[in-house]
Amino acid sequence: MIEVENLTKKFGATLAVDNVTFTVKPGEVVGFLGPNGAGKTTTMRVITGLIYPQAGTARVNGYDIWDDPVAVKRSLGYLPESTPLYEEMGVVDFLRFTAEARGIPKKDIRARVDEMIETCALKDMAFKDVSELSRGYRQRVGLAQALIHDPPALILDEPTSGLDPTQILEIRKLVRKLGESKAILFSTHILDEAQKTCDRILIITDGRLVGEGSPQELAAMAKGSSLYRVEYRGELQRLLSAVPAHMKVVQEQRLPDGWMALDISSSEADDRSEELFDAVVAAEGKLRRLARKEATLEEVFLHLTGGGEA
Amino acid sequence: MGRIWVMYKKELKIYFDSPIAYIFMVVFLGVTSWLFFRTFFLIKVSSMRSFFMLIPWMCLFFIPAISMRLWAEERKTGSSELLLSLPFQEWQVVLGKYFAALTVYVLTILLTTPLAIVVGALGEPDWGVIVGSYLGSIFLGAAILGIGTFVSTLTTNQIVAFIIGVLIVAALTVVGQPLFTLFLQGPLAVLTPYAEWLGLANHFTSISRGVLDSRDFIYYLLMTALPLYLTVKSVQASKV
Repeated sequence: MIEVENLTKKFGATLAVDNVTFTVKPGEVVGFLGPNGAGKTTTMRVITGLIYPQAGTARVNGYDIWDDPVAVKRSLGYLPESTPLYEEMGVVDFLRFTAEARGIPKKDIRARVDEMIETCALKDMAFKDVSELSRGYRQRVGLAQALIHDPPALILDEPTSGLDPTQILEIRKLVRKLGESKAILFSTHILDEAQKTCDRILIITDGRLVGEGSPQELAAMAKGSSLYRVEYRGELQRLLSAVPAHMKVVQEQRLPDGWMALDISSSEADDRSEELFDAVVAAEGKLRRLARKEATLEEVFLHLTGGGEA
Repeated sequence: MGRIWVMYKKELKIYFDSPIAYIFMVVFLGVTSWLFFRTFFLIKVSSMRSFFMLIPWMCLFFIPAISMRLWAEERKTGSSELLLSLPFQEWQVVLGKYFAALTVYVLTILLTTPLAIVVGALGEPDWGVIVGSYLGSIFLGAAILGIGTFVSTLTTNQIVAFIIGVLIVAALTVVGQPLFTLFLQGPLAVLTPYAEWLGLANHFTSISRGVLDSRDFIYYLLMTALPLYLTVKSVQASKV
């Protein structure tokens, strides 16, 4: 169980994380989704005790980062972004070190290391130095060190970045399997990945949580609305008063030839183009284009993160 | 203690898995032996005095070379992210790393003992002085290593850590040298005993005369403990 409460972290004058609160329950994979620089890594570094926040707190397995940081670290497996490892160490040596560091009893270390080599498919690379490994294998070593003490909570910072499609699938499968019993917080900026791997998605932008829900809920949120692209000539005010209540002009742009390009969003999912046509007639305006398009999950994401027009 | 041991083993492994430790030992032994034997057979005195006179100056350049990587490298490669996410307390990591580096140095110093055997075979040296000097070398090195460790936490660049380390140690060495205290004239003359007390090499000289004064050892322990304390604080400060 990972609990984050009113977390605020500033670096100098920049607000990296702004009053973020969420919980990851055991047996749940939560995707932490947001554009680069949104505050995902900062939040994760606070939970792992690498940095202290200005306000708020985080708890892992009931241990508070302020009261017992060592217990927090013991309950956590952490895979940092871009997987920094000790280049000069051999894979087995490195795993033995992390096992000892995480307080696994001496007699169990050998078995745990063997098990990790098995789980993460590292057999062929076990006796190589970390510096000789490819990106994919490095990532697996990173995962192995995070899993070696069988922690109740896992924090994975962009575990699939830089991997090829087969490796990405493998990692996702592993995360899903681990998520059956553990609390997993896993960050990504790839929407599709969050959708396929996670039970719940948190959308973060500029340090604030702006959306939360299961992939289905977010998709439904997307499906629940549609967007009309209209090119119109006439009085805008009259059109605005004529359109039905479920429609709203979200963007207007004057074209050089005197026409206006309007984006009108509707909270109704089914096709209401007809009503829009009637509204134009009622406003005594002219219409030269009318196109309807259903919003996708991507548009919801862009809308929530303010990432611009989809 | 067990936690420090885990950290110590890992750090020592890195020293000996990579060429750093071997290069350090070979160069240190090569340079000191060369400088020692260059004059040893000319002077024809069975003493290691000229060897131990070199030690403070050798340590000045060589020890920051062992300590420079301790923290700077971790920061640079980002492995400190991983290291500090492990359930250690900062002081356990700091001490584990420090003792690993100290082991490399002490091992190197012990590898110079064949020189003492050669000197013993050719004449009758004062063994008390030699044993005292070895002890002094280890305490002097321990203090310089502490300073180097602290400097290494201040930067992500190993070369910068090395140069600043050398500068600080050089300043602390020179301050006690006669060439410096000579300039403390007039009202400044009251500072002379303090400058001599502060000088890193002065206490080494007094130990290597065979005079085992507890004040000299306390000085070195202080000069080791203070930088290590600052190292812990510096690592903690990176979390704010």
